[in-house]
Amino acid sequence: MKAKIYVTLKRGVLDPQGKAIRTSLAHLGIDGVQDVRVGKFMEVTLSEMDAGEARRRLDEACRRLLANTVIEEYRIEIGGPGETG
Amino acid sequence: MKAAVLVFPGSNCDHDAYYALKHVAGIDAEFVWHKASSLDGFDAVVIPGGFTYGDYLRTGAMAKLSPVMGAVRRFADAGGPVIGICNGFQILLEAGLLPGAMIVNESLRFVCDHVHVRTETERTPFTRGIPEGTVLKIPVAHYQGNYFADEATLDALEARGQVVFRYCDPDGDATRESNPNGSARNIAGICNERGNVVGMMPHPERCAEEVLGSADGKRIFDAMAARRRGRSA
Repeated sequence: MKAKIYVTLKRGVLDPQGKAIRTSLAHLGIDGVQDVRVGKFMEVTLSEMDAGEARRRLDEACRRLLANTVIEEYRIEIGGPGETG
Repeated sequence: MKAAVLVFPGSNCDHDAYYALKHVAGIDAEFVWHKASSLDGFDAVVIPGGFTYGDYLRTGAMAKLSPVMGAVRRFADAGGPVIGICNGFQILLEAGLLPGAMIVNESLRFVCDHVHVRTETERTPFTRGIPEGTVLKIPVAHYQGNYFADEATLDALEARGQVVFRYCDPDGDATRESNPNGSARNIAGICNERGNVVGMMPHPERCAEEVLGSADGKRIFDAMAARRRGRSA
Protein backbone atom coordinates (compact mmCIF):
# COMPACT_ATOMS: atom_id res chain seq x y z
CA MET A 1 0.00 0.00 0.00
CA LYS A 2 1.05 3.56 -0.67
CA ALA A 3 1.08 6.61 1.49
CA LYS A 4 1.95 10.23 0.80
CA ILE A 5 3.62 12.52 3.28
CA TYR A 6 3.77 16.29 2.89
CA VAL A 7 6.22 18.18 5.08
CA THR A 8 5.98 21.96 5.02
CA LEU A 9 7.42 24.83 7.03
CA LYS A 10 5.08 26.11 9.70
CA ARG A 11 3.41 29.44 9.15
CA GLY A 12 5.62 32.01 10.80
CA VAL A 13 8.85 30.28 9.78
CA LEU A 14 10.53 32.29 7.07
CA ASP A 15 10.82 30.43 3.77
CA PRO A 16 13.56 32.22 1.78
CA GLN A 17 13.19 29.76 -1.12
CA GLY A 18 9.48 30.40 -1.38
CA LYS A 19 10.09 34.14 -1.32
CA ALA A 20 12.69 33.89 -4.11
CA ILE A 21 10.34 31.75 -6.23
CA ARG A 22 7.50 34.21 -5.77
CA THR A 23 9.78 37.03 -6.97
CA SER A 24 10.87 34.95 -9.97
CA LEU A 25 7.27 34.24 -10.90
CA ALA A 26 6.58 37.96 -10.85
CA HIS A 27 9.60 38.47 -13.15
CA LEU A 28 8.04 35.95 -15.55
CA GLY A 29 4.93 38.08 -15.64
CA ILE A 30 2.86 35.50 -13.77
CA ASP A 31 0.88 37.89 -11.63
CA GLY A 32 -1.33 37.37 -8.66
CA VAL A 33 0.92 34.93 -6.80
CA GLN A 34 0.83 36.24 -3.26
CA ASP A 35 2.95 33.64 -1.50
CA VAL A 36 4.89 30.44 -2.23
CA ARG A 37 5.86 27.91 0.42
CA VAL A 38 8.33 25.14 -0.52
CA GLY A 39 7.99 21.76 1.16
CA LYS A 40 8.84 18.11 0.79
CA PHE A 41 6.75 15.31 -0.66
CA MET A 42 7.50 11.70 0.20
CA GLU A 43 5.86 8.63 -1.29
CA VAL A 44 6.05 5.65 1.03
CA THR A 45 5.33 2.04 0.14
CA LEU A 46 4.13 -0.01 3.09
CA SER A 47 3.38 -3.67 3.51
CA GLU A 48 -0.36 -4.32 3.63
CA MET A 49 -1.85 -3.27 6.94
CA ASP A 50 -4.84 -1.63 8.46
CA ALA A 51 -5.07 2.06 7.41
CA GLY A 52 -5.22 3.15 11.04
CA GLU A 53 -2.10 1.19 11.86
CA ALA A 54 -0.32 2.66 8.81
CA ARG A 55 -1.24 6.15 9.93
CA ARG A 56 -0.01 5.45 13.45
CA ARG A 57 3.37 4.22 12.19
CA LEU A 58 3.82 7.09 9.75
CA ASP A 59 2.83 9.61 12.39
CA GLU A 60 5.62 8.26 14.57
CA ALA A 61 8.01 8.34 11.58
CA CYS A 62 7.15 11.99 10.97
CA ARG A 63 7.55 13.00 14.59
CA ARG A 64 10.85 11.18 15.06
CA LEU A 65 12.57 11.71 11.72
CA LEU A 66 10.71 12.88 8.64
CA ALA A 67 9.71 16.27 10.03
CA ASN A 68 11.34 18.59 12.53
CA THR A 69 8.32 19.82 14.45
CA VAL A 70 10.21 22.89 15.70
CA ILE A 71 9.92 24.34 12.19
CA GLU A 72 7.77 21.95 10.15
CA GLU A 73 4.31 20.44 10.07
CA TYR A 74 3.24 17.33 8.21
CA ARG A 75 0.22 15.74 6.59
CA ILE A 76 -0.21 12.03 5.88
CA GLU A 77 -2.42 10.58 3.16
CA ILE A 78 -2.95 6.84 3.24
CA GLY A 79 -3.79 5.03 0.03
CA GLY A 80 -2.78 5.27 -3.62
CA PRO A 81 -4.92 4.93 -6.73
CA GLY A 82 -8.06 2.98 -5.93
CA GLU A 83 -7.41 3.14 -2.21
CA THR A 84 -8.77 5.57 0.29
CA GLY A 85 -7.54 6.57 3.66
CA MET B 1 41.92 16.08 29.63
CA LYS B 2 41.10 13.79 26.77
CA ALA B 3 38.68 14.88 24.05
CA ALA B 4 36.69 12.70 21.67
CA VAL B 5 36.33 14.05 18.13
CA LEU B 6 33.31 12.31 16.63
CA VAL B 7 33.51 11.17 13.03
CA PHE B 8 30.36 10.55 11.00
CA PRO B 9 30.10 9.68 7.32
CA GLY B 10 30.45 13.14 5.79
CA SER B 11 32.26 14.88 8.66
CA ASN B 12 34.93 17.08 7.10
CA CYS B 13 36.22 19.31 9.90
CA ASP B 14 37.23 16.38 12.10
CA HIS B 15 40.93 16.59 11.28
CA ASP B 16 40.97 20.39 11.75
CA ALA B 17 39.32 19.98 15.16
CA TYR B 18 41.76 17.21 16.11
CA TYR B 19 44.72 19.36 15.05
CA ALA B 20 43.50 22.43 16.95
CA LEU B 21 42.87 20.38 20.09
CA LYS B 22 46.00 18.31 20.05
CA HIS B 23 48.67 20.39 18.37
CA VAL B 24 47.54 23.93 19.22
CA ALA B 25 45.80 23.64 22.60
CA GLY B 26 47.73 20.59 23.79
CA ILE B 27 44.65 18.52 24.61
CA ASP B 28 44.90 14.77 24.16
CA ALA B 29 42.42 13.96 21.38
CA GLU B 30 41.13 10.83 19.73
CA PHE B 31 38.79 10.20 16.81
CA VAL B 32 35.64 8.25 17.68
CA TRP B 33 33.69 6.63 14.84
CA HIS B 34 29.93 7.24 14.91
CA LYS B 35 29.19 3.55 15.48
CA ALA B 36 30.84 3.62 18.91
CA SER B 37 28.40 3.10 21.75
CA SER B 38 30.55 4.40 24.59
CA LEU B 39 32.50 7.54 25.43
CA ASP B 40 34.05 6.11 28.57
CA GLY B 41 37.45 7.58 29.34
CA PHE B 42 36.78 10.91 27.64
CA ASP B 43 36.51 14.26 29.42
CA ALA B 44 35.03 16.25 26.54
CA VAL B 45 33.26 15.63 23.24
CA VAL B 46 33.66 17.65 20.04
CA ILE B 47 31.14 17.15 17.23
CA PRO B 48 32.87 18.67 14.21
CA GLY B 49 31.48 20.30 11.11
CA GLY B 50 30.80 18.75 7.75
CA PHE B 51 27.90 17.39 5.78
CA THR B 52 26.93 14.25 7.67
CA TYR B 53 24.92 11.87 5.48
CA GLY B 54 25.01 14.47 2.70
CA ASP B 55 22.58 16.67 4.66
CA TYR B 56 19.84 14.27 3.52
CA LEU B 57 16.35 15.19 4.73
CA ARG B 58 17.64 17.98 7.01
CA THR B 59 21.10 18.88 8.30
CA GLY B 60 21.92 16.54 11.17
CA ALA B 61 18.68 14.56 10.84
CA MET B 62 20.39 11.27 10.04
CA ALA B 63 23.41 11.74 12.30
CA LYS B 64 21.19 12.16 15.35
CA LEU B 65 20.31 8.46 14.98
CA SER B 66 23.91 7.21 14.93
CA PRO B 67 24.77 4.90 17.86
CA VAL B 68 27.31 7.34 19.32
CA MET B 69 24.59 9.92 19.90
CA GLY B 70 23.11 7.74 22.65
CA ALA B 71 26.51 7.90 24.35
CA VAL B 72 26.68 11.67 23.78
CA ARG B 73 23.29 12.06 25.46
CA ARG B 74 24.43 10.05 28.50
CA PHE B 75 27.72 11.97 28.60
CA ALA B 76 25.85 15.30 28.49
CA ASP B 77 23.31 14.19 31.08
CA ALA B 78 26.21 13.40 33.40
CA GLY B 79 27.46 16.97 33.00
CA GLY B 80 30.25 16.24 30.53
CA PRO B 81 31.26 19.10 28.24
CA VAL B 82 30.03 18.73 24.64
CA ILE B 83 30.58 21.22 21.82
CA GLY B 84 29.01 20.99 18.38
CA ILE B 85 30.54 23.16 15.67
CA CYS B 86 28.54 24.04 12.53
CA ASN B 87 27.10 20.69 11.42
CA GLY B 88 27.84 19.50 14.96
CA PHE B 89 25.55 22.27 16.23
CA GLN B 90 22.89 21.19 13.73
CA ILE B 91 23.18 17.61 15.00
CA LEU B 92 22.76 18.73 18.64
CA LEU B 93 19.62 20.66 17.63
CA GLU B 94 18.17 17.69 15.74
CA ALA B 95 18.98 15.41 18.67
CA GLY B 96 17.10 17.74 20.99
CA LEU B 97 20.17 18.33 23.16
CA LEU B 98 19.81 22.03 22.35
CA PRO B 99 16.56 23.92 21.61
CA GLY B 100 15.56 25.38 18.24
CA ALA B 101 16.35 24.50 14.63
CA MET B 102 18.35 25.72 11.64
CA ILE B 103 16.74 26.91 8.45
CA VAL B 104 18.26 28.03 5.15
CA ASN B 105 20.20 31.32 5.26
CA GLU B 106 18.00 34.34 4.63
CA SER B 107 20.18 35.25 1.64
CA LEU B 108 19.72 31.77 0.09
CA ARG B 109 23.50 31.77 -0.32
CA PHE B 110 26.19 29.61 1.20
CA VAL B 111 28.02 32.03 3.49
CA CYS B 112 31.78 31.58 3.76
CA ASP B 113 33.39 34.51 5.53
CA HIS B 114 35.13 35.78 8.63
CA VAL B 115 32.56 37.18 11.05
CA HIS B 116 32.67 38.69 14.51
CA VAL B 117 30.85 37.20 17.46
CA ARG B 118 30.36 38.64 20.94
CA THR B 119 30.79 36.30 23.85
CA GLU B 120 27.64 36.50 25.95
CA THR B 121 28.45 34.22 28.85
CA GLU B 122 31.51 32.85 30.54
CA ARG B 123 29.61 30.07 32.26
CA THR B 124 30.24 27.27 29.73
CA PRO B 125 33.34 25.03 29.73
CA PHE B 126 34.17 26.49 26.31
CA THR B 127 33.98 30.17 27.23
CA ARG B 128 35.35 30.16 30.75
CA GLY B 129 38.08 32.79 30.88
CA ILE B 130 36.62 34.69 27.90
CA PRO B 131 34.97 37.69 29.57
CA GLU B 132 31.42 38.61 28.61
CA GLY B 133 31.48 41.14 25.77
CA THR B 134 34.70 39.80 24.25
CA VAL B 135 34.56 40.03 20.44
CA LEU B 136 36.07 37.08 18.58
CA LYS B 137 36.83 36.92 14.87
CA ILE B 138 35.88 33.46 13.61
CA PRO B 139 34.97 32.16 10.14
CA VAL B 140 31.58 30.73 9.21
CA ALA B 141 30.82 28.40 6.29
CA HIS B 142 27.25 27.19 6.00
CA TYR B 143 24.02 27.23 4.03
CA GLN B 144 21.71 26.35 6.91
CA GLY B 145 22.82 28.56 9.77
CA ASN B 146 19.71 30.66 10.20
CA TYR B 147 18.85 29.89 13.83
CA PHE B 148 15.14 29.64 14.49
CA ALA B 149 13.15 29.18 17.67
CA ASP B 150 9.74 30.50 18.64
CA GLU B 151 9.60 33.75 20.62
CA ALA B 152 8.90 31.99 23.92
CA THR B 153 11.97 29.76 23.48
CA LEU B 154 14.13 32.76 22.52
CA ASP B 155 12.96 34.68 25.58
CA ALA B 156 13.71 31.66 27.77
CA LEU B 157 17.20 31.33 26.23
CA GLU B 158 17.94 34.97 27.01
CA ALA B 159 16.49 34.80 30.52
CA ARG B 160 18.50 31.71 31.42
CA GLY B 161 21.76 32.98 29.96
CA GLN B 162 21.84 30.34 27.23
CA VAL B 163 22.94 32.62 24.41
CA VAL B 164 26.70 32.04 24.21
CA PHE B 165 27.68 33.95 21.05
CA ARG B 166 25.96 36.67 19.01
CA TYR B 167 26.97 37.90 15.56
CA CYS B 168 28.18 41.48 15.86
CA ASP B 169 30.27 44.14 14.17
CA PRO B 170 33.97 44.57 15.09
CA ASP B 171 32.91 46.91 17.92
CA GLY B 172 30.62 44.31 19.45
CA ASP B 173 27.28 45.73 18.34
CA ALA B 174 24.84 43.02 17.27
CA THR B 175 23.54 44.86 14.22
CA ARG B 176 21.38 43.50 11.43
CA GLU B 177 24.24 44.06 8.95
CA SER B 178 26.59 41.91 11.01
CA ASN B 179 24.18 38.96 10.98
CA PRO B 180 25.40 36.70 8.13
CA ASN B 181 22.42 34.36 7.90
CA GLY B 182 19.31 35.92 9.40
CA SER B 183 19.56 34.12 12.73
CA ALA B 184 16.98 35.12 15.32
CA ARG B 185 18.43 37.77 17.64
CA ASN B 186 21.84 37.40 15.93
CA ILE B 187 22.37 34.09 17.72
CA ALA B 188 25.60 32.34 16.66
CA GLY B 189 25.85 29.91 19.56
CA ILE B 190 23.79 28.64 22.49
CA CYS B 191 24.10 26.26 25.41
CA ASN B 192 21.72 24.02 27.30
CA GLU B 193 20.27 25.16 30.61
CA ARG B 194 23.07 23.51 32.57
CA GLY B 195 25.71 25.13 30.35
CA ASN B 196 27.73 21.99 29.56
CA VAL B 197 26.43 21.50 25.99
CA VAL B 198 27.33 24.24 23.51
CA GLY B 199 26.52 24.61 19.82
CA MET B 200 28.04 27.27 17.59
CA MET B 201 27.96 27.89 13.84
CA PRO B 202 31.38 29.62 13.53
CA HIS B 203 34.46 27.41 13.23
CA PRO B 204 37.00 28.04 16.03
CA GLU B 205 39.19 25.19 14.73
CA ARG B 206 39.75 27.18 11.53
CA CYS B 207 41.21 30.17 13.37
CA ALA B 208 43.35 28.74 16.14
CA GLU B 209 46.66 30.15 14.83
CA GLU B 210 47.65 33.62 13.60
CA VAL B 211 48.78 32.19 10.27
CA LEU B 212 45.09 31.45 9.58
CA GLY B 213 44.09 35.11 9.88
CA SER B 214 42.92 34.91 13.47
CA ALA B 215 43.89 32.94 16.55
CA ASP B 216 40.70 33.76 18.42
CA GLY B 217 39.37 30.22 18.08
CA LYS B 218 42.23 28.98 20.25
CA ARG B 219 40.64 30.68 23.24
CA ILE B 220 37.74 28.21 23.08
CA PHE B 221 40.09 25.22 23.09
CA ASP B 222 42.24 26.85 25.77
CA ALA B 223 39.11 27.15 27.93
CA MET B 224 38.63 23.40 27.51
CA ALA B 225 42.27 22.68 28.34
CA ALA B 226 42.10 24.80 31.49
CA ARG B 227 39.21 22.77 32.80
CA ARG B 228 40.49 20.49 35.50
CA ARG B 229 40.05 16.82 34.83
CA GLY B 230 36.99 15.34 36.49
CA ARG B 231 35.45 18.66 37.46
CA SER B 232 31.80 18.82 36.47
CA ALA B 233 30.53 21.57 34.21
